[in-house]
Amino acid sequence: MNALDPIFISTLHWLAGLAPASVRPLVSMLLVIAGLMAVFGSCFALTTILERKTLGRMQNRFGPNRVGPFGLFQPLADGIKMLIKEDIVPFSADKTLHFLAPLALTVPVWLAFSVLPFGRNMSAIELDAGILFFFAIGSASELAVFMAGWSSQNKYSLVGAMRAIAQMISYEVPLVLASVPVLMAAASLSLPDIVQAQSGFALGWVPRWNVFTPWGLAGFALFMIAAAAESNRCPFDLPEGESELIAGFLTEYSGFKYALFFLGEYLGLFAVTGLAVTLFLGGWQAPARWLEWFPSWGWFAAKFSALIFLFIWARATLPRLRLDQLLNFAWKFLVPLALINLLAAAVWLKSGVWRFPAAAEIRWLLCAGLLAVPYVWLARNWNGVAPTQRHYNYAE
Amino acid sequence: MPNDIAFYLIAAFTVAFAVVAMTLRRLVHCALCAAAAFAGLAMLYLLLDAEFVGFAQLLVYVGAIAILIVFAVLLTRGDEVCPGHSQSSPSWMAGVAVAVLVLAGIAIAILLSPSLHRLAPSAAGAPVKKIGEELMTRYVLPLEMVGVLLTGALLGAVVIAMHEESEVKRPAGGPASRRAEPEEAMSLR
Repeated sequence: MNALDPIFISTLHWLAGLAPASVRPLVSMLLVIAGLMAVFGSCFALTTILERKTLGRMQNRFGPNRVGPFGLFQPLADGIKMLIKEDIVPFSADKTLHFLAPLALTVPVWLAFSVLPFGRNMSAIELDAGILFFFAIGSASELAVFMAGWSSQNKYSLVGAMRAIAQMISYEVPLVLASVPVLMAAASLSLPDIVQAQSGFALGWVPRWNVFTPWGLAGFALFMIAAAAESNRCPFDLPEGESELIAGFLTEYSGFKYALFFLGEYLGLFAVTGLAVTLFLGGWQAPARWLEWFPSWGWFAAKFSALIFLFIWARATLPRLRLDQLLNFAWKFLVPLALINLLAAAVWLKSGVWRFPAAAEIRWLLCAGLLAVPYVWLARNWNGVAPTQRHYNYAE
Repeated sequence: MPNDIAFYLIAAFTVAFAVVAMTLRRLVHCALCAAAAFAGLAMLYLLLDAEFVGFAQLLVYVGAIAILIVFAVLLTRGDEVCPGHSQSSPSWMAGVAVAVLVLAGIAIAILLSPSLHRLAPSAAGAPVKKIGEELMTRYVLPLEMVGVLLTGALLGAVVIAMHEESEVKRPAGGPASRRAEPEEAMSLR
């Protein structure tokens, strides 16, 4: 606990205290909303430039370096460009839906931020069923994507939207299933409670984060894969595949509406990354006791940035999947593994009472084995063809 | 009473979208309006402090059922409007009769049930933990039955989909792929 830790909360109280008492709750609510939008809005701008710089670095080129020092003002230039571009609505488009779709995507995503605990006592609303709220709000984005694709009256848009919806529905299952063990361990649906359940240190130095248990590690991997697919990130970005679908459901969008989609997609990525930090990486907890002088929101930001970097890295490294591979991967690999992970988590939680010698080691090995054996079997067989029997129809 | 105002606003929103969903001509518009009406119902639940039910309503109805309807409309190409075709089906009288009967049945069931005379609980809403415990102890049998029912429906859907796939694939089998023997094809059906 230090002076920097509650700085946002005390600033909020101070600012709200300036308002007359009758409107104080409203003012503090608005201040929280403004703060969230400012932080994650600038985070969006920063991520676009950092992503392009990192991709450039990994692909052995410079990336944007013309606007401002090191090209740092590039997002500003992009924003202005997007704002003053002509907004083209296709002649045969369904005008109302075409207008509503970007809003329907962006507004729910902003709402999702309201339940994330960004630091000690730092969540905008503390809901009893916070994680359920998160997923319920997130499910609205599928309808938005459909609205965008359908209202454009363009076959590329429609195919892109159908792909996107199929992908989002399929990957929502492993996403939710991977987070269920965490709820089991914390015995709560509230996100601050989940963070609290991961406090403390095992053996005096290993933080009790969920990622340091066998089921937590597997769940984290599953969650990150599903999160990448949910937010249409690179190995799974084929709804917008520019080479085959000329950007899918975004084909007929230009100017600021396109920018809104872009914003919504990045915000969705931020929200789900924040959830990953909360569920598996101990939220705002420090990784060691002697590091607790660093404010809690700083730890959240550090973990958050590390995970965002992971997504950028994956985008630079991995090629795009094919649609049938993508859906098979979700249903035949991720979903079974997530179900097995539930079992492993149940065994782990039930075996917490074991008191015989070497119980901790046996518990670890048992749960890890429960996950590792099906993983190897599934990884070799989910596609229906074991790697040793591969044959090439056109090359032989 | 801000709660009353909120109730009337949300109720008007829900009813308006439900009515619009029935009167619009394009099926996709109808489906989207129905989704908005579902969201309005979720808001009503939230107004009653039923957090869990409200979010579940949003997750299931807006996130899954609306998407299902939209997909069905897309795949069946049912969204094309035929000019000159009457919007209501010829048997709308029967529909009205069924609707009135259902409404009367539900209304009688509610009026006869003891829940009207019960006082509202003083604590705001049931905590999620309590709901979970009740589902796992007292209502575990209905819960399992619903699970079995849904699994059955899922298996049925898979069986229907598999049939189509095997019919499509068989004639197209090239020399490299394994041809299905006649007996095997019979057993597949």
